[in-house]
Amino acid sequence: MAPKTKAAGDGSGLMEMAWDPITRIVGSLGIHTKIDFKQKRVAECYSTSSVFRGYSVFMRGKDPRDAHFITSRICGICGDNHATCSVYAQNMAYGVKPPPLGEWIINLGESAEYMFDHNIFQENLVGVDYCEKMVKETNPGVLELAERTEAPHAAEHGYRTIADIMRSLNPLEGEFYREALQVSRYTREMFCLMEGRHVHPSTLYPGGVGTIASVQLFTDYLSRLMRYVEFMKRVVPLHDDLFDFFYEALPGYEEVGRRRVLLGCWGALNDPEYCDFTYANMTDWGRRMFVTPGVIVDGKLVTNDLTKINLGIRILLGSSYYEDWEGQEQFVTHDPLGNPVDPRHPWNQHTIPAPQKRNFDDKYSWVMSPRWFDGKDHLALDTGGGPIARLWSTALSGLVDTGYVKATGHSVVINLPRTMTKPETTFEWKIPRWSNALERNRARTYFQAYTAAVALHFAEKALEEVRAGRTQTWEKFEVPDESIGVGFTEAVRGVLSHHMVIRDGKIANYHPYPPTPWNASTRDTYGTPGPYEDAVQNTPIFEENSPENFKGIDIMRAVRSFDPCLPCGVHMYVGGGKTVQKMHMPTGLSGLGG
Amino acid sequence: MTAATPSTAGATNAGGAPADETPTIHILWINAGLSCDGDSVALTAAMQPSIEQIALGDLPGLPKIAVHWPLIDFECGPVGGADTFIEWFFKGERGEIDPFVLVVEGSIPNESIKPEGYWCGFGDNPETGQPITTSEWIDRLAPKALAVVAIGTCATYGGIHAMAGNPTGAMGVPDYLGWDWKSHAGIPIVCVPGCPIQPDNFAETLTYLLYQAAGSAPMIPLDDKLRPSWLFGATVHEGCDRAGYYEQGEFATTYDSPKCLVKLGCWGPVVKCNVPKRGWMNGIGGCPNVGGICIACTMPGFPDKFMPFMDEPPGAKLSSKASGAYGAVVRRLRSLTINTVDKEPKWRHTGDKITTGYRPPW
Repeated sequence: MAPKTKAAGDGSGLMEMAWDPITRIVGSLGIHTKIDFKQKRVAECYSTSSVFRGYSVFMRGKDPRDAHFITSRICGICGDNHATCSVYAQNMAYGVKPPPLGEWIINLGESAEYMFDHNIFQENLVGVDYCEKMVKETNPGVLELAERTEAPHAAEHGYRTIADIMRSLNPLEGEFYREALQVSRYTREMFCLMEGRHVHPSTLYPGGVGTIASVQLFTDYLSRLMRYVEFMKRVVPLHDDLFDFFYEALPGYEEVGRRRVLLGCWGALNDPEYCDFTYANMTDWGRRMFVTPGVIVDGKLVTNDLTKINLGIRILLGSSYYEDWEGQEQFVTHDPLGNPVDPRHPWNQHTIPAPQKRNFDDKYSWVMSPRWFDGKDHLALDTGGGPIARLWSTALSGLVDTGYVKATGHSVVINLPRTMTKPETTFEWKIPRWSNALERNRARTYFQAYTAAVALHFAEKALEEVRAGRTQTWEKFEVPDESIGVGFTEAVRGVLSHHMVIRDGKIANYHPYPPTPWNASTRDTYGTPGPYEDAVQNTPIFEENSPENFKGIDIMRAVRSFDPCLPCGVHMYVGGGKTVQKMHMPTGLSGLGG
Repeated sequence: MTAATPSTAGATNAGGAPADETPTIHILWINAGLSCDGDSVALTAAMQPSIEQIALGDLPGLPKIAVHWPLIDFECGPVGGADTFIEWFFKGERGEIDPFVLVVEGSIPNESIKPEGYWCGFGDNPETGQPITTSEWIDRLAPKALAVVAIGTCATYGGIHAMAGNPTGAMGVPDYLGWDWKSHAGIPIVCVPGCPIQPDNFAETLTYLLYQAAGSAPMIPLDDKLRPSWLFGATVHEGCDRAGYYEQGEFATTYDSPKCLVKLGCWGPVVKCNVPKRGWMNGIGGCPNVGGICIACTMPGFPDKFMPFMDEPPGAKLSSKASGAYGAVVRRLRSLTINTVDKEPKWRHTGDKITTGYRPPW
């Protein structure tokens, strides 16, 4: 392979560069850019996904009770979120409310998923972008400064300097990197205790779970959870030190991956005391979730009403490989409360694949363009990888208060109890000044602590049920001939909705919308770029390398801060007509000295 | 399944890697079939051995390896520039890295059923700027690979994405390359099914292949569906701890019952998989052993031959009827015996007399 030099053919003097496939994310994503090396800025960005499977196509006509088993397979790192969302939608469609203990078990499983997924992504995928080896290759000056900078919270996490933290994140060789891999395992054990297996659950059903609720089950979970609580008391200050250092070392770094505050959160972790899975009461039980739903525009809460959120969802095309479904049959004209439902709403979507050549001036991705209509504009909401939107939304609403976590209206307070070697610890996540790469990453760490804290509450509630002898975890149901359902939850990476239509007892329409279609979406019919495109497009370049040795670390940090979850591809053309070939093996798994 | 001792009695370095005569084995991992990356993610959960144990040569006699794995690879540079991940795949095609093992994750769509475009791609063709399809990569790399490994039920047999009504014409790697296909080293396609793979099942298979490549293990034993026979020889039911209930004719009527789930959709009696016996990870979790019906996710017939998942398998009706009849008798006899063995012998008591049968000399 000999990539040819390629200046952008538009006389702009820009350099075309592409990353393909992007590693250390889930799935396949491509980022194609035009870079202005004179201004040290990314001028244009296109996000492309190169894999199509067609769930909405092959689910038609199947038994609705198969939906959670099938949709789990949409994603190999957060499939359980799909299974959960699907059983929520099925519960609504069948009119069944699981026993409270079944819901606490699902909450404990989903909490473990957050704890596992954010941990492995933050330390073993994103963390590598901030490790000593990477910083040495991209910003040697920054590493020198890190060597001389004492970590403010060294007493809590044990690393004397910022460079020591960076070294601990080196792939495989880093002590903290290896520890995080172990943490990703016992958190998955916690998950498996509740949901059977990871990542595609075996014990989830509409109507509840098949998990046997015993004292042993919750003891096994709690003993691991306390290890994680202790771990987070080190990890929150560690990442605060690391990310704060980047602001200090590279003035202006807040601009990397920054975009307007346009955040969506669909709420997560239901309270069985209030949640009956009826559409009629969704507004109320949605506000009782342990992560509050919300749409945030420019720092203001537009709504935390799930019914409103539902009715505002629109699926636009524009740059993706599908035929439009305009004029096709509408499955749902009105919601169960009588509100009109838009033809571009997922309940009414038809997925008609149209494979074609990739053309960045026209159609260039298998990802559609979900938008949220506020009555005036089709907003390209993002989730910021999930945690930043969840904390922001929960903080602004000020509804959550379990003792372990409390939303204040401007922050979220997380109280972690005493553990084996560390005292009671309180962390406060305050609403940040920017929606940018570093703050998305910081929120991820804080949300790990948040999830550990709410899980303590769920475990206590579950044990109360067991001790009272209320051990039923599943409720019988019948599948109606005609029905609709919607499930809302927060997948690890953010908003997740499943919209289902049942006719003649079979699936007539099923459209899942995970977070990545929002984040990785393409330019829509109005020409509005998707969140990655928008965030990368303004990213300044701080990397010290010349164009020939350029890695695009700032672009990668911007993209990875969203915790992408799809297949990707990008090219780089180097100026001056020569191909750079570096023969080294810096892969994470080459073996030491390999 | 013990591997022979490595014949290289030469010096080993601190990492435990064999002496330098063994070349580095590269692993080229393509996750861009029709996949969810669940098998990549599952492998990070393996502990017997773990990925870091494999990569750092923690097991005696393992060759040095270099894994080019999208999920956690350090490399992230732009195409054609510094630190390009995809370049390893072009090197493999050009014969510049030898030996390499090709791992494929995800089903292989049929790219010939449409006039243009791609169902799935991995990297771009520098000539055209269009994605290189995953099936084209397999065409390019399979002839040069030491072994081709299909990870997960999608890559092995098509899986969920090859369900009836799918638009992509998806299939497994053996369907694509041919079931009799062999690598230049004479190794058939190695299939490790599971949705996702049980973590240790794959780590163990990969380790076996590395030992085989180092010359210390014989040809990997596979069954007629190309599965490692020591992992997939028994059925779910044969390793399920709820089989005792089955024998006693006690069947769950609700999903939260601890009894046998066969009348609620469990296909365990006819599915080749070791999960209930092995647990999901670290002996924890599983499927029917912990209340999750077996939906047969390791099987070539998955998912269509097992749907609707929550209905009783037709074959279970007859056999559960039979076990219901004799199971009642078995249960009665057992309850009599339990009554007896649930009591201590009568010589265990307080008082001044010993009644154990011992005759005291005083």
